Amino acid sequence: MSRSGEAYAQELNRKRAANQRAAADEDNDENKGNGSKVAFGAAGNFDTDVYGSVRGESREMYMDSIGTGEEDDVDEDSMPTVQKKNVNYAQPHKFIEEVAASAEDTDPFADTRKQTIAERQSKYHERAMRRQISPDRVDAFVDQTPDHRNRDYAEVMRDQMYQVEKGQVEREMADRAKAGELHVTGQPEKKKGRWDAQESAAPDNLGAASATPSQGSAPRKRLGFASLSAEAATPRAARWDETPAHPTGAADATPSVDKWSSTPAAQTPRRNRWDETPKDGGLNDGSMTPGWGMETPARGSDDVKIEDTPSASKRRSRWDLTPSQTPNVAAATPLHAGAQTPSFTPSHPSQTPIGAMTPGGATPIGTAAMGMKTPAPHMIPMTPEQMQIYRWEKEIDDRNRPLTDEELESLFPPGYKVLVPPMNYIPLRTPSRKLMATPTPMGGAAGGFFMPGTPDRDGVGEKGVGGLVDTQPKNAELPPLKPDDMQYFDKLLMDVDESQLTKEEKNEREIMEHLLKIKNGTPPMRKSGLRKITENARKYGAGPLFNQILPLLMSPSLEDQERHLMVKVIDRILYKLDDLVRPYVHKILVVIEPLLIDEDYYARVEGREIISNLAKAAGLATMISTMRPDIDNVDEYVRNTTARAFAVVASALGIPALLPFLKAVCKSKKSWQARHTGIKIVQQMAILMGCAVLPHLTALVEIVKDGLDDEQQKVRTITALCLAALAEASAPYGIEAFDSVLKPLWKGIRMHRGKGLAAFLKAIGYLIPLMDAEYASYYTREVMLILIREFASPDEEMKKIVLKVVKQCCATDGVEPSYIRDEVLPSFFKAFWNQRMAMDRRNYRQLVDTTVEIAQKVGCVEMIARIVDDLKDENEQYRKMVMETIENIVALQGATDIDARLEEQLIDGLLYAFQEQTQEDSVMLDGFGTICSNLGRRAKAYIPQICGTILWRLNNKSAKVRQQAADLIARIAPVMHMCEEEKMMGHMGVVLYEYLGEEYPEVLGSILGALKAICNVIGMTKMTPPIKDLLPRLTPILKNRHEKVQENCIDLVGAIADRGSEFVSAREWMRICFELLELLKAHKKSIRRAAINTFGFIAKAIGPHDVLATLLNNLKVQERQLRVCTTVAIAIVSETCAPFTVLPAIMNEYRVPEINVQNGVLKALSFMFEYIGEMAKDYIYAVVPLLIDALMERDQVHRQIAVDAVAHLAIGVYGFGCEDALMHLLNYVWPNMLENSPHLIQRWVFACEGMRVSLGPIKVLQYCLQALWHPARKVREPVWKVFNNLILGSADALIAAYPRVENTPTNQYIRYELDYVL
Amino acid sequence: MALPGERFHVLAQLEHLQSKYTGTGHADMNRHEWVVNQHRDTRAFQMSHPGLNTMIAVVENESRARTRFNLINRMIQPCGPPPEKNPLDDV
Repeated sequence: MSRSGEAYAQELNRKRAANQRAAADEDNDENKGNGSKVAFGAAGNFDTDVYGSVRGESREMYMDSIGTGEEDDVDEDSMPTVQKKNVNYAQPHKFIEEVAASAEDTDPFADTRKQTIAERQSKYHERAMRRQISPDRVDAFVDQTPDHRNRDYAEVMRDQMYQVEKGQVEREMADRAKAGELHVTGQPEKKKGRWDAQESAAPDNLGAASATPSQGSAPRKRLGFASLSAEAATPRAARWDETPAHPTGAADATPSVDKWSSTPAAQTPRRNRWDETPKDGGLNDGSMTPGWGMETPARGSDDVKIEDTPSASKRRSRWDLTPSQTPNVAAATPLHAGAQTPSFTPSHPSQTPIGAMTPGGATPIGTAAMGMKTPAPHMIPMTPEQMQIYRWEKEIDDRNRPLTDEELESLFPPGYKVLVPPMNYIPLRTPSRKLMATPTPMGGAAGGFFMPGTPDRDGVGEKGVGGLVDTQPKNAELPPLKPDDMQYFDKLLMDVDESQLTKEEKNEREIMEHLLKIKNGTPPMRKSGLRKITENARKYGAGPLFNQILPLLMSPSLEDQERHLMVKVIDRILYKLDDLVRPYVHKILVVIEPLLIDEDYYARVEGREIISNLAKAAGLATMISTMRPDIDNVDEYVRNTTARAFAVVASALGIPALLPFLKAVCKSKKSWQARHTGIKIVQQMAILMGCAVLPHLTALVEIVKDGLDDEQQKVRTITALCLAALAEASAPYGIEAFDSVLKPLWKGIRMHRGKGLAAFLKAIGYLIPLMDAEYASYYTREVMLILIREFASPDEEMKKIVLKVVKQCCATDGVEPSYIRDEVLPSFFKAFWNQRMAMDRRNYRQLVDTTVEIAQKVGCVEMIARIVDDLKDENEQYRKMVMETIENIVALQGATDIDARLEEQLIDGLLYAFQEQTQEDSVMLDGFGTICSNLGRRAKAYIPQICGTILWRLNNKSAKVRQQAADLIARIAPVMHMCEEEKMMGHMGVVLYEYLGEEYPEVLGSILGALKAICNVIGMTKMTPPIKDLLPRLTPILKNRHEKVQENCIDLVGAIADRGSEFVSAREWMRICFELLELLKAHKKSIRRAAINTFGFIAKAIGPHDVLATLLNNLKVQERQLRVCTTVAIAIVSETCAPFTVLPAIMNEYRVPEINVQNGVLKALSFMFEYIGEMAKDYIYAVVPLLIDALMERDQVHRQIAVDAVAHLAIGVYGFGCEDALMHLLNYVWPNMLENSPHLIQRWVFACEGMRVSLGPIKVLQYCLQALWHPARKVREPVWKVFNNLILGSADALIAAYPRVENTPTNQYIRYELDYVL
Repeated sequence: MALPGERFHVLAQLEHLQSKYTGTGHADMNRHEWVVNQHRDTRAFQMSHPGLNTMIAVVENESRARTRFNLINRMIQPCGPPPEKNPLDDV
């Protein structure tokens, strides 16, 4: 079964892919197939290309090799910038990939599995994982000798300098190596440093690379240095994924040849450490031929050596310590087996080396390392992924193991016997387990739906990870661990005697328990964990807390939910810890800063919140001294996130506080990185704080303005972007502040090219709207020259910016239409109005906006005349762009300027574009509708033509065409009415009527919509077909279950009931009433509401009695939703037909001894009183006995509804002197305060609130005073709620009514002012 | 059946809403706090209605501004110091 299931899943995938391809191919054909079609009878020719134009012009777009799936691992430094390929042409590649993927292990459920954050992140985001959580820092504000282990500012800065210098040396070496100046022999004798050995390896690599030209162009400047930098040494999540850890799959998991084979051509662009490290030892002293191939044979013996290789990284990661091989490699190539043994720590003697265990797991890491004095009894550390896979395996094996006879006997009642299987039975021996690899949630893990477990057999399957590791902490109140949690929470798995722990250990354990509860627990567990950890935050101290929380946040298997919870914990404890947090600010920043650039909006907000709280807790000085070293960090990622964090600090502590610092940073002479980051901080501040920068605008501009003349291109660019952000934030004010930068900016656009120019143009674009007309016109002319030159730029980013700037320039007052018309428009249309611009979504949008803006200036005729012919373009996307532009222009400026000739062209184009459309969206329809309605009476001449098209298309075979035709009728019906084409509309009505048998619900819905539109404009009397024919035809359609049909149908019926009810017999209306009852169950609220309103109209038309009888009968049904809707309908009927027509009937119905009916009646009363408002004064005395009766009912729900009705009634009769009745009711309502049901209490509070309004607060206060000081809390509590409402609503009225409290010896409680008599 | 956490959700919200305003009370309030609120409400009322203010000014034989000032001052500990906290109260 599982096999066929998998096959089915793949088949589905293939079909979907094939559909997409087919759709894409169709587009292709349409685009370019027109010219090459062979006429009937003419001589044919062979296709020059089969895959579109791929083979013809652009051969390089063709994939000529099957990807090995390694692309993901390419370092971005070495990644060549690939032009984005046209999606259509990439199809064959996709196909190959799909086949390649399906050939190997695929998990058909891969899409449904919850992704961890690490999995969905981009390369850039992943760099967060490479930062290390730095050691604690000295808190300068504490008056004591700092712990020497903590780093102070000077030390951090020294380290920073060291990094910078190291980077420079590395770069220099790489450059020299590239230039070929560097040779192994020519290496000058340096002091033997740690990394000299590796540096000299670099030329070797490069030599190898240059020796094989087939290697291609990938730049490899990092080669030798990858292992040098500490960041790169940290294994990234992606690398772990490579570890194939399937014990049984080992045989076919032999590493792919290219990794190990000796052909140099097989080198992957990325060097991982496996490839590099041995070479240091092996290649340099041996001075073998530089080439990768030589290593492979030597591997077996090398492995042992690796452990000795001095790793350049400061932290020795797991990779450096263990033989770099995964066990299944060992299983596949037995000669490695020897190398495995020595690395086994003797502390695990009892463990049989199962294949799935990484020997490397024996190296303690992370928090696990802290607590590993004695190894945990049942614990074998694995990587989370290995653990996961192993667990699945084990679980599936356990579940699928055959039942033993004993088990069967225990299952079956006595009396069964074992039969011999039939002779021809062949058991199924091919269980493909792939489908079974469902990510079953861990037993007891939080969230999601749980399939109730099969009862355990012999306790198998109960024990967490396949019985191998017990994941249930010893404290049974804690949630079980997930496999990924092992390294953080393993201590909880050990049984310890609490009394023997030191205080620190005990605290650590407590924190761990709370964190586990928060991370994996159920919501109540989480709540209590969070509360406890917050309460005790100061007791635990900042260090122990953050030492546990921050590693969790850096975990590669973190999920969104978990991250959110951990961030929440940090947020809460920050408040408590306050200044204790200072030494840990940098650690926290390292973890939180990446949130600022997360793709998830909420993650960004959370990140901001934390950093701003952190800033408030730690203070400005600490923040600055902590983040200062990161400002000129060598890593761009660090600088980027730091700049954003600084912006948040500025918004938390105020811009003025940060200004002196920013000034210093932006003027830094030492490094351009500092200046760059400083200016970026200002930019981010502008983006983050918006118009709040206005008071400090001058200062900010002064700070950054020197960047425009910086010698570094990057600084100039960011300065321009910063000015753009400032101008955007401060618009429309503050041009004075920018005075000093105008000149350099305008000079800059003449001097720059490419990216720099784009940034400068952007800045100018945002500055121009700030200027007054005169200046704007002058500067626009200046910049226009450049813009027009850049119209031709092939760069996409430049195009977008140019379009944006043109839009901004044209929007200002000072620019004359004639100038735009003569100077800008010709080249504008030449450069931008082409098919290619329509292909990219963002270009499309920008171009439409810009063109509409220009049209505002030069008039609609000018623009429409230029593009109207393109409505007949062969490219649909382009036609759509034209249509949208014209629609927007016409909607803004009307069609009065359009002359007869243009009008003709326009309609012609509209009809063409409308008929040719294949995609399903509303652009064409909206455009048609807008343009026609703006033309108004002038459209009369074209109506016959349009209607002809519509009628013809209504008859089309394709459902979509019919639907569009019907939709178009709905759009242009008002115009036809305006043109007095009533005859034509009548004709349309008849045709549509005939099509009511339509079988596609989408189309039927549209047809009903069209009928509704016609009906609405020509009125019920003139409607053809006559209403009396139309309505009976609609009645059966009401049964249709499709939402679109239901909605349109009920709307139409409602409109008829409202305005044309006299055309239809009462009997027909009754029939419709029955159908309407069904619609009360609809999921969509608008349908239910329309149905209820229709009840009202029908009741008005034929009198309430029959409708009411139907509705009251409906109260007897079981379905709750139906009853609720019925009560609403009854209330509506009584509102439209006046309550006296309905009230007797429903009060009579209350005598039916059936609780549902009685509840329904009460509910109807409640809704009715809500709707009729003050009309209730005439009926209050009539219903009081009924309500009293209901309030004495035993059933709680019954009383609840009655109390609700009383509340609405009370509010309705405010000011009509019905206090006697209300007081009577209150006496019956009041005792309900002791009920437990929160719903009832809520209604009761509401009713008391109603009484406060109508009966007066003093009366209610007197009721309250009886119970406010009652000895029983249960009595006091609800009454205080009411009392508080009294205070909030009418505090003044109460002061005369408070009881007189006698004085005590110490206190004077009497309000003597009240005793004054004059 | 609703979860235990949700059971008092709406009411908890109401309680939270009410607790944001001064003058509101709760089931654990003592007489002193309650009466202090009444005093303050009363004086604020008398002070802010010119008619009442004038009446009290005449009775006390003070100017209206002085009366107003007095009334405001009387809002500071209007009933004297709060009673000593009885350790049994918390039990």
